[in-house]
Amino acid sequence: MSLRSPLGKVLGAGAAKQGVHHWWMQRLTSVALVPLSIWFVVSLLSLPSFDHASVVAWMRQSWTALFLILFVLTCTWHSQLGVRVVVEDYVHGAGARTVTLVSVTFAHTLIGAAGVFAVLKVAFGAAP
Amino acid sequence: MPPRPLSPHLSVYKFRYTLTTSILNRFTGVGLSVGLLLLVYWLMAVASGAHAQARASRLLSLPVMKLVYAALIMAFCYHLSAGIRHLVWDTGRGLERAQAQRSAWLVVGVSIALMLLVGYCAWLAGARAP
Repeated sequence: MSLRSPLGKVLGAGAAKQGVHHWWMQRLTSVALVPLSIWFVVSLLSLPSFDHASVVAWMRQSWTALFLILFVLTCTWHSQLGVRVVVEDYVHGAGARTVTLVSVTFAHTLIGAAGVFAVLKVAFGAAP
Repeated sequence: MPPRPLSPHLSVYKFRYTLTTSILNRFTGVGLSVGLLLLVYWLMAVASGAHAQARASRLLSLPVMKLVYAALIMAFCYHLSAGIRHLVWDTGRGLERAQAQRSAWLVVGVSIALMLLVGYCAWLAGARAP
């Protein structure tokens, strides 16, 4: 016996009205993060020093800047999708849940934008 | 609303170690989100100049931060291994009970080996840092 309505079957969107979009983006970002995160850890730990000059020289390399931006954005997206599920599972009450989800989304947008801004600022030579 | 089947809840399941590997993936994921916050804080400090970075470094190089970095390294290694296990599951493979129990131990083994490797490299990098 199927509990799905004919319209529900056609739309395939489920109770969240999003279909498999959330699930699929979580997988897509996971696959992307396997090489990106390994690159990030190896690259960070290969730095000769963590003083300003060394870090700036590292971030000003075009490929480093590009991969850092991709890494920060993919991490932010993946984190937002993951934390969202945790909130949906453990925060009860429509009001509290909505406020938490909105805060989580705003916080992640801020983190993602700040990360990209910081990398671009250094990469374009604008860091003092 | 028509009565709908309720998906099994935490308290319904009998404890199994495979359950630990699942909840750990979630814990480490949330932990790594905090790590992302630290990373972006550091990147913003670098972008704000040598003075700002030196100020941030005072916080980021506190002795207690060594524990935070160790925890982040452990979380990263575990989440990476367990995440790859999930991606394999998504292809429909390895879902039998015996296979899932084997892969649980495999994930624990691989992530501990990774933790030791990354931890050693991080310790070397920390020793190089001022």
